[in-house]
Amino acid sequence: MNVIKRYFGIIWILLGPASIIYGIIQAAAELSPNAKTPPTQETYTFWIIILIIFIPIAAGISLMGYYALQGDYDRLPKDSSAL
Amino acid sequence: MTTNQTIDNQPKSNITQVILASSVGTLIEWYDFYIFGALATIISTKFFPLENPTAAYLSVLATFAAGFVVRPFGALVFGRLGDLVGRKYTFLLTLVIMGGSTFAIGLVPSYAAIGAAAPIIVLILRLLQGLALGGEYGGAATYVAEHAPAHKRGYYTSWIQTTATLGLFLALGVILITRRSVGLETFSDWGWRIPFLISAFLIAISIYIRLRMSESPLFNKIKAEGKISKNPLKESFTKRVNMKMVLLALFGATMGQGVVWYTGQFYALSFIEKTCNIEFVEARNIILIALAIATPLFIFFGWLSDRIGRKAIMMTGMLLAIMTYRPIYKAMYELADVSKKQETEQSIYNTDVTTMVITKKYADGTIYKETTKNAMPTKPVITKEINLGTNAYWTMIFLIFIQVVYVTMVYGPIAAFLVEIFPTRIRYSSMSLPYHIGNGIFGGLTPYIATRLTTHLGDPYAGLWWPIVIASLCFMIGMIYLSNRIDENVAD
Repeated sequence: MNVIKRYFGIIWILLGPASIIYGIIQAAAELSPNAKTPPTQETYTFWIIILIIFIPIAAGISLMGYYALQGDYDRLPKDSSAL
Repeated sequence: MTTNQTIDNQPKSNITQVILASSVGTLIEWYDFYIFGALATIISTKFFPLENPTAAYLSVLATFAAGFVVRPFGALVFGRLGDLVGRKYTFLLTLVIMGGSTFAIGLVPSYAAIGAAAPIIVLILRLLQGLALGGEYGGAATYVAEHAPAHKRGYYTSWIQTTATLGLFLALGVILITRRSVGLETFSDWGWRIPFLISAFLIAISIYIRLRMSESPLFNKIKAEGKISKNPLKESFTKRVNMKMVLLALFGATMGQGVVWYTGQFYALSFIEKTCNIEFVEARNIILIALAIATPLFIFFGWLSDRIGRKAIMMTGMLLAIMTYRPIYKAMYELADVSKKQETEQSIYNTDVTTMVITKKYADGTIYKETTKNAMPTKPVITKEINLGTNAYWTMIFLIFIQVVYVTMVYGPIAAFLVEIFPTRIRYSSMSLPYHIGNGIFGGLTPYIATRLTTHLGDPYAGLWWPIVIASLCFMIGMIYLSNRIDENVAD
């Protein structure tokens, strides 16, 4: 199980930047003057909110993946003395 | 005698008082927070420009979402305070801020009266509400858990978990009673302010109850022993052993729990009202009845989590939601799809020179009403309202009920789960942040993101991709990394 936990860590590490890139591509497509539906104030508001909020969260999942890869989740602490 | 034994031996009346005082305050904070969302359609016409109703509705949803987004910051500010000065005074403070902001929203002049200042003031007050809520929940959950015996922690904290749903219940109930009392026209004009103003009265009661409470025994113990953290935020989020648990709590539990909760209770309301065109009062009645039937299950699943573990119940709820959301929403949509019903009667009439009403009746008892208002030079405004026939009405309630059952499964045990993975000295700060990112951001943004996905892609079910993808990711992480073990000792 610990091997699985660590290998999955690689997926979480990659998921962070992948979701950021996907978000930026989507935002660029919708905010482009050539977009299928011309961007409105609401379009800008939506993408500003989404990118500002979710970029740090995406970094967080990469950090969790790094911890997993390092084996930090192999054994969870059983009480606070381990924290 | 250890602190755990002291907690186990305390009289039942004491823990009942603790639960009651914490729950009433938290319930009122949720009430304050939800009346804004429940009145989103009316607020969009009062505080935002009227030229584009869809843009105004999205703007108000964005303002609604701002209240959620700021919650993690409230968790940091008040979590720190709660770990430094104590649980009791911190969640008293959050109560005052919440009540003051809600009352003030009820007094803000409309966009027609003061222009752009109106949405700005509303946004600021909404941010204050979010900050206060960010500090409230962690305090209440921690406070109850630190009074509860180990074998009943899930059960006792589940009472706190009911408050969010009961708060919504109270908000919808007050709105419907006010609307019925003052009449539709007066309610749309100024009566919608009454639910906001009532908050001052509710908050006064809650402050009175909470002032009579004593501080958490576990916090008093570590304070007496000089073990209070000097810098809870630094300890929680820069120490790797704590940070890894904060991240696991977020990505393996609260993220999925948040989207399941907000899909079942809020996106469902938005979906039946905006996508299915169910009439305003009927849409709220459907949600209210489903909530009333399902709410006791919060207590049941909290109790059950003391016996079979928190993870097992939360992950089952998440998996069921992932697998059944699409068929449930498809069934909801089809219940209100008049194109598939047999029409029995139609009438067309004008209520005045600019307004035309088309009413259609169907064999199953469903009534469809389409009102077209011509307001030259702008485009005609068309509103569609559907009142379901009896069978369809109860089927819709059942479909919402199923979703609320999932909510009770993921949300009932979460307070006990979060309390058990962090030590007393940094518990308020550490558990509040993942809870409010999971619920405030992933969950709170669900109606906003899902509504936008639906309108942008033109597919009525497109909005479901958000909760399905997020819950699936959370389910995978939770299944791989979380433990189902119940921590007996939270007095450390």
